[in-house]
Amino acid sequence: MNIYVLLKRTFDTEEKITISGGRINEDEAEFIINPYDEYAVEEAIQVRDTHGGEVTVVSVGTEEAEKQLRTALAMGADKAVLINVEDDVEDGDQFSTSKILAEFLKDKEADLIIGGNVAIDGGSGQVGPRVADQLDIPYVTTITKLEINEGAVTVTRDVEGDSEVIKTSLPVLVTAQQGLNEPRYPSLPGIMKAKKKPLEELELDDLDLEEEDVEAKTKTIEVYLPPQKEAGKVLSGDLSDQVKELVNLLHTEAKVI
Amino acid sequence: MARKMLTLGEVRDGALRNVSFEAIGAAKIASDGGEVVCVLIGNNVKEFGQELIQYGADRVVVVEDEKLEQYTPDGFSQALLAVIETEQPEGLIFGHTALGKDLSPKIAGKLGSGLISDATNLEAAGGNLVFTRPIYSGKAFEKKIITDGLVFATIRPNNIAPLQKDDSRTGEVSSVSVEIKDLRTIIQDVVRKASEGVDLSEAKVVIAGGRGVKSEEGFEPLKKLADILGGAVGASRGACDAEYCDYSLQIGQTGKVVTPDLYIACGISGAIQHLAGMSNSKVIVAINKDPEANIFKVADYGIVGDLFEVVPMLTEEFKKLKIHS
Repeated sequence: MNIYVLLKRTFDTEEKITISGGRINEDEAEFIINPYDEYAVEEAIQVRDTHGGEVTVVSVGTEEAEKQLRTALAMGADKAVLINVEDDVEDGDQFSTSKILAEFLKDKEADLIIGGNVAIDGGSGQVGPRVADQLDIPYVTTITKLEINEGAVTVTRDVEGDSEVIKTSLPVLVTAQQGLNEPRYPSLPGIMKAKKKPLEELELDDLDLEEEDVEAKTKTIEVYLPPQKEAGKVLSGDLSDQVKELVNLLHTEAKVI
Repeated sequence: MARKMLTLGEVRDGALRNVSFEAIGAAKIASDGGEVVCVLIGNNVKEFGQELIQYGADRVVVVEDEKLEQYTPDGFSQALLAVIETEQPEGLIFGHTALGKDLSPKIAGKLGSGLISDATNLEAAGGNLVFTRPIYSGKAFEKKIITDGLVFATIRPNNIAPLQKDDSRTGEVSSVSVEIKDLRTIIQDVVRKASEGVDLSEAKVVIAGGRGVKSEEGFEPLKKLADILGGAVGASRGACDAEYCDYSLQIGQTGKVVTPDLYIACGISGAIQHLAGMSNSKVIVAINKDPEANIFKVADYGIVGDLFEVVPMLTEEFKKLKIHS
């Protein structure tokens, strides 16, 4: 089975966020594999171990994403591809990323493509379905279970808490939801092996793409932090008085009840 | 500049979801006086057409087919693209729901357009439509515009106000027939886990429980309070992991994002992942035994105390308030 994983290097949103020069300050931030993409890497490895084949992890980004790709290799992926857009794409959007990925994937004869259902930084969740559409293959988003039997695929999908059991066939693109699996930590031998695994670096030129082919269709004009919330009112006194006061405040001051 | 806008009406459990009306409200802003057409896709959904008109749609176009009984990306995109082809809108607004999230990127791909997902506000400014959306799990916001092609956005439920319902409003509800074929994903079964009653992601009031709820039974007082307030019950990941409730109730970075008018956190410590799912609620109340709990930092009002004492007392007080008002 020929398996591709779409991986994004993301800002660890557990970090404190500051803004400088109209952008999120990334200077001292921790970067990680987008947590939903970790589920995707794990699932790809499990599918390969059951059905045979090869797992290739691909990322669109800058040279810095090499670290996250090496981590995926250390987890057990076989190959990695970095599509380095540092010099070519400034302020790309989901259209740009999906176009690049689709262009890369179009002649790869992938049986299965797995991504995260959303990246925790940008939070749009568009890239997976956009790539599937450009490759003209079916997709299922936010999956919590994947079973493959010959060419037949059964997927369980999380739909706002309900579960749908969906039948489809290969080739297919799926996006991972929490609950799909427990991603493994890279082992020490895994980390050693990863250093020798192939990591190919491509640029737009290699995909026969021009900058204008992938020019964003949206533009961010401002980034800002939410206004600091004023310290809330912690009530005091007798508990029953506190409860009465709270109901009164919600009714008359906050006016939400 | 007047723009013709198309919105998607979404029917769930035999009723239109609120976000369908909010999408019309957003489309009105974006239309700048242009026509707002709402599309209804499904099987036997035409009856909902008039309600969309009452909420401000100028016209409703209905696509019905047995193959559209359940949502699939292939079926719904075929239906919608056929309507888009005829109507030639200059913009599209969907709800940022499971359906909207799944369908909108495919439509954007087919139209070769940009897409602004999960918008919480939009405003017309200097000829541009400016959308606001949360990024970095709600810890920051960005303002975005479309620079090329259609204006296309999905809106987060509960953030953009719908128009006032006007029962006297009338408009055309027409049906078009579209051939739906070659569905590549088939829904074999749907396992309902989400609780009956108020939809958590659209609820105006959410009562959420954390580890402090201690057991499945511990959710009972929260349910009673939710009933009195017409709200929904939610949970932190901790409560779900401990199997006090189903994961369908989980609020947080993984799980649902909610922005109700009132969020009451009961026995929730306020881990950052949980805050990502609720910190944009309009008013937050924290009830926790631990005065140092992180949740108090985002709360508008806090009571330091045992939720099993406080929550039933609150229920009683709200009952009194409801009787008097």
